[in-house]
Amino acid sequence: MTEKFLTRMGDGERVSLTAEEIREDLEAGNQDAADRGNIPALSSDELDQLFAIVTDPNRITAVRPGREVITTDDGGANMIVCDKPDGGVGLPMGYHNAVLAFERLCCADTIGVGHYDYSCKPVKALINYEKQRYYMYSQAATIPLIYGTQPNLGVYFQPDGPFPNATELIPAGKIKEGQQAQEAAAEALIEDLIYIAKELYDAGCDGFNFDTCASAGDADFYASLTAVEALKEKAPDMAVEVGMASEFVLGMHSEIEYKGTRLAGMYPTEQVKVVEEAGADIFGMAVNVNTSESFPWNLARAVTFLKATVEVANIPVHPNVGMGVCGVPMLSVPPIDCVTRASKALVEIGKADGL
Amino acid sequence: MTTAHVMAAGMCGIRTAGDLVAWMQLTRRMKIGEAKKYVAGKLGISVLDLSNEEVMHQVREDLDIGIISGPADATKGVAARCRIAELLDISIHSVNVFKEKLNAPLQLDR
Repeated sequence: MTEKFLTRMGDGERVSLTAEEIREDLEAGNQDAADRGNIPALSSDELDQLFAIVTDPNRITAVRPGREVITTDDGGANMIVCDKPDGGVGLPMGYHNAVLAFERLCCADTIGVGHYDYSCKPVKALINYEKQRYYMYSQAATIPLIYGTQPNLGVYFQPDGPFPNATELIPAGKIKEGQQAQEAAAEALIEDLIYIAKELYDAGCDGFNFDTCASAGDADFYASLTAVEALKEKAPDMAVEVGMASEFVLGMHSEIEYKGTRLAGMYPTEQVKVVEEAGADIFGMAVNVNTSESFPWNLARAVTFLKATVEVANIPVHPNVGMGVCGVPMLSVPPIDCVTRASKALVEIGKADGL
Repeated sequence: MTTAHVMAAGMCGIRTAGDLVAWMQLTRRMKIGEAKKYVAGKLGISVLDLSNEEVMHQVREDLDIGIISGPADATKGVAARCRIAELLDISIHSVNVFKEKLNAPLQLDR
């Protein structure tokens, strides 16, 4: 009888696959990334390493001693006290306690904090509270404290914001109007991002995470890059991490450029170069999970993108490893067999500088 | 999930030298290998021992830069970060802001 290995689908469903099926999926995921990103595919030796990681008979796995990397996160301390559909355990404790628990119980290398909503726009009205919180936590925490927010250009469009909704204008054939609405919204977002980051800097903020950049497409990415560049002038001693929403920058505007480079359609190897040019210190690569494909397929795809990105990057690369990205199944409670296998593969084969 | 990643591939922060290596990525944009070598050099230990609790706990205790068990008389928080900035020879913004306020002259003749 052919031996089968326990693994999962991209949505977390447990499945049993033969060695041949796993190897086929690894090769297909690898080739998909190479074709889409126009990047080198993993070698057969690297695919063998991936196979060994995926088929490890133990429930969880880990990197070898000495290969550990740094962890950054998207408001990790939030998860202890928040109750959110995308994570969060809702403990009845104060945020201050959660920050210290993240440092001394979870033993992360950095602490991510942020507003409960996490989008930039609501933070502006509450900036004094956010500064106060950051200052208090910063007095008590020893490890680096990073304030995170999602640029989230989408909330600047009607009915949530003041600008005409590009996603209604474009399907109506009003392309130019849609582009103009995005450009105007991007300017407002740039102003808000710079404002809140500079205010936090004045309170001693050591790191600012532009998280889930380009979630609303290329104009969202343009706003983030422009804000990063300005912040490096106004807040030169604050580290900036730019984390992406996706492996592919959607061309919602389609023509917007940053320093002469068109942003629509960029894959991670191109994204990291404009992020570097803007002056960011850490790049958070994201590769989306296809829930209809297997964990081996998704993991191989993520590792292929990561290895090529790390090779061209001059700054540390921390692939995003939350639910539904970089191999981690799209499930509200990601199975730790896949979580730890993704960690090991991304670090040991993809050569991540952090997670 | 965060804890699973930390245990599988993270340096484990204040248990070892995770925060120290993180500072080098944040302040000097160092990639992981370079950051580890730099910190190991400053501590006078091997790169492998940076994530070895048995060595790093003692190193942290001796240098008084914050330890996981956090006794009341041990340095922690911004005071520990001040010592870390000096140890690693880096500029940490929160430390600079703190020291600026601490050392600002009192306006007694106002």
